[in-house]
Amino acid sequence: MAPWNVNDQKLPQGRLALFSYVSAALVVVLLVGFWKLQVVQSEHYSDLAEKNGIRPIAIIAPRGAMLDREGRVLVDSYPSFSILLLRDNPKLLEKSLPQIEDGLGISKEDLQQQLDAAKLEPKFLPVVVKPAASEADIAFVESHRADLPVLDLMMVQRRRYPLGEMLANTIGYVGEVSPQELEKNPDRYRPGDIVGKAGLEKEYNDQIVGTDGMRRVVVNSVGKVIRTLDNVEAIPGKPIQLTIDEDLQRVAETDFASKQGALVAMDARTGEILAMVSRPTFDPNDFAIRIPAQEWAALNSDPNTPLLNRAIQAQLAPGSVFKVVMATAMLESKALPPTYTVYCPGYANFYGRTFHCDHAHGSVDLHKGIVASCDVYFYNVGKALGIDRISYYAGGLGLGKRTGVDLPSEEPGLIPSEEWVERVYHHKWYAGSTISVAIGQGAVMVTPIQLARMIVGVANGGTLIPPHLLKDAQGLKSGSFPISDDTVQQVTDGMWGVVNEPDGTTSGTVKLQNIDFSGKTGTAQTESFELQNKLGKHLKENGWFVGYAPRRNPEIVVAALVQGAGWGSSVAPIVRDVVKAYYDKKSGHLPQTSTAENIPPSGGVAPAAPASATQQP
Amino acid sequence: MKEHSSIQDIDWPLLGIVGAISGIGVLEIYSSTHASAMAGMQWKQLMWIGIGLVGMALISRIDYHTLLDQAPALYMFGVVSLLVVLVIGYSRLGAKRWISIGGIANLQVSEIMKLIIIIVLARFLAEVHTDRLSLADLFKIGVLTLIPVVLILKQPDLGTAMVLVPVAVVGAFFAGIEWKHLLVGALLIGLLIPLAWNMRRHLKPYQQQRIETFLHPEQDQRGAGYQILQSEIAVGSGGFWGKGFGKGSQNQLGFVPVRYSDFILAALAEEQGFIGVCVVLLLYLGLILRLVDNAQKAKDRAGMFVVMGVTSILGFHVLVNASMVIGYMPVTGIPLPLMSYGGSATAFVFLALGLVMNVRMRRFVN
Repeated sequence: MAPWNVNDQKLPQGRLALFSYVSAALVVVLLVGFWKLQVVQSEHYSDLAEKNGIRPIAIIAPRGAMLDREGRVLVDSYPSFSILLLRDNPKLLEKSLPQIEDGLGISKEDLQQQLDAAKLEPKFLPVVVKPAASEADIAFVESHRADLPVLDLMMVQRRRYPLGEMLANTIGYVGEVSPQELEKNPDRYRPGDIVGKAGLEKEYNDQIVGTDGMRRVVVNSVGKVIRTLDNVEAIPGKPIQLTIDEDLQRVAETDFASKQGALVAMDARTGEILAMVSRPTFDPNDFAIRIPAQEWAALNSDPNTPLLNRAIQAQLAPGSVFKVVMATAMLESKALPPTYTVYCPGYANFYGRTFHCDHAHGSVDLHKGIVASCDVYFYNVGKALGIDRISYYAGGLGLGKRTGVDLPSEEPGLIPSEEWVERVYHHKWYAGSTISVAIGQGAVMVTPIQLARMIVGVANGGTLIPPHLLKDAQGLKSGSFPISDDTVQQVTDGMWGVVNEPDGTTSGTVKLQNIDFSGKTGTAQTESFELQNKLGKHLKENGWFVGYAPRRNPEIVVAALVQGAGWGSSVAPIVRDVVKAYYDKKSGHLPQTSTAENIPPSGGVAPAAPASATQQP
Repeated sequence: MKEHSSIQDIDWPLLGIVGAISGIGVLEIYSSTHASAMAGMQWKQLMWIGIGLVGMALISRIDYHTLLDQAPALYMFGVVSLLVVLVIGYSRLGAKRWISIGGIANLQVSEIMKLIIIIVLARFLAEVHTDRLSLADLFKIGVLTLIPVVLILKQPDLGTAMVLVPVAVVGAFFAGIEWKHLLVGALLIGLLIPLAWNMRRHLKPYQQQRIETFLHPEQDQRGAGYQILQSEIAVGSGGFWGKGFGKGSQNQLGFVPVRYSDFILAALAEEQGFIGVCVVLLLYLGLILRLVDNAQKAKDRAGMFVVMGVTSILGFHVLVNASMVIGYMPVTGIPLPLMSYGGSATAFVFLALGLVMNVRMRRFVN
């Protein structure tokens, strides 16, 4: 036997016993550790365990649709998927990135940028890496559930604007709720909620927004949903019907093409807005997903201000359209007799300054003054009235004030007065300024929608209709600024002449058969006569035309502005087309652009024009 | 001379405890995996237990003195095997620990090394015919142990490498290490830990992270601290009575990391509660005490060293694993003996227990 195996020593019984005691002591220590977790802190960990496995998932309620006056869809919502990147396992995330870049076609920089942007957010909040997933993207995520657990799908409701750029400034757009809005309404909004940001989307947000539902699901450690605990369905937002007529809108939009400006078409009896154009514009579909930062910056810094709704926000000199106010003021105030006549040699001198007219009109009475838009005639009227009387009538007819249309951010414009000049500029009103104001220049600033309402007010004897876009709007109130029948007759006859008489400023180019189409042109300089003389040429001028039909108690009014158009008469055809489309529709002839759903029940539509259109003076 | 041991010589109480622990393990493996893609794992574990029992019977047949005679050869074999693994080893989970045998089973060489180090140190310590270990002997023990430790660390497998150390420490303790040497050694380790801490950048990144996570789990809740936190949640939410068999949400939903293996105690703690943990830990204490009893009754010091070598390894496994589950120690990948799923680990435990049986059966033999 080997020497190592000599059995000559006792076993160290003491140390073996010690080993046993130490072992028992260590087991006690371990049991104390388990006791702490399982008994002392059991509630805390049970709480964590519940949070671990149960995940609340918001079910996004779709926003209500917007329909036109005939029920055609202008805006709706559709379900779509966003691809989420879960960030709670950084190592796994890092490893998965190259595969995600390939599979979803996202550039490495883009992905990294999104992750960096979310760095300060809690890790359990995922990042939306692709807001509008294509079918291929969804298939990619589904087929890589096992090896790319960092990807997940989230159903969202997206806004769809089938008209694209049409009506865009009026409809507005949606976007994520801003931190300010969140702070103001902490109970209503959660971060990431989609809300209306502009236009009708903002104005009627509360009506069309739905109530999100909530589903609580049990998920496993890789986030896979095992089963649903409970489910509160989302309540979809209610649709709203607008006063817009898609057919008229199309006609107006088509006419505008690439022009810059705005148009408002209203039912002159109710104030229902039938069409509203603002150019240049944008595509709200771009906002429905997530507008890239550069695109947003470009839209905001564009000198042509595509986000501005010119129909209610452009505050510009009305030019000769203002003569309608002047004529009304002259007759109503009786400052001058209705037969007041002026000789126009093509210019006039006031207060030591020469004021021009576009040409020598000769002897001009009120009717000719409106029809031929003689500046000299209205310079004299203005001098006789004085600024405060002009201001009173302009204000009475709703100029320089918000119309109260149901859109956010309407601008008031401005009608100057002595009081205003003293308040703002701290000096007395210069009498010479009144001469410019008389032809709608100087400090006068109005919006297209104000002009539309003003013309209707003059033509119907002083009722200021409430412009609105919601079909069943409640509590609408008309303004009242009574105008005598004689005045209405004289001024509207003048506006009828603008369109229908040979020496009218439209030169008879926009006459409509069987329709009592009337209106007023305007050409507003964007700089002074002096500057133009110095440059030896006309710079861009804003062209206006406000047309309506029939001549008295009108049923449709269309105000159009084309910026840089030159003479107002070139704007008139756009207005004529919209008015014509309105009457064509009324008589059963559908505009070219109409769609199939749009055909009314057959039969019963009289081919003849309605009575109101055939009235002749 | 009694050539064959009788059936009475088998340590039935020990086998009973082993059977109970293994049975609980198999049930918990079933509970953890039955609803997942890994369903059926319990049958594999049962198979390993069966193979382990056969191995145990075989190893108890060969007189441990014969085995100890072969210690130098076994040691050479073990060290060479570890070197072979490092050179041609089959890499899995980023570490070279397995050798493929005939393409059938993957054997973790370091598990065999655990058995070999028990035998080698028992032989070496039995050769020291004194109750007082000299410093030279201590040095030799250190060298013998550190060679395989370093080779296993190279694989890299910090857990298994660590497991070899208590065999040497406990061995030295029973071989008669002087208290003052033990004290100095403890102080040295106390000084070495800060030093090692400064050397931590030489560790693999995952090892660095594990230590970092252990020290500050709250800083990285869903990152590397995830495993520890999830384990604590499972344990804590189990409460006193547990959520019931197959009803542990953290376990069933997969929040407990490797719930069928390294963290099986967390899975059990969730489903069976503090009561279940008490039963299991007391069974382990019973196992240890029964092993110590066997050591006390060994015929010679060599037998005692073999038994206490086995005891120290098993005890260390239980201590480190249970501490990890409740967040007292970092995640090291040390399984819970007899309960954690795993072929090599289970086979090792049974073979080690075979050595114990071997010693027991020969306690009256002269």
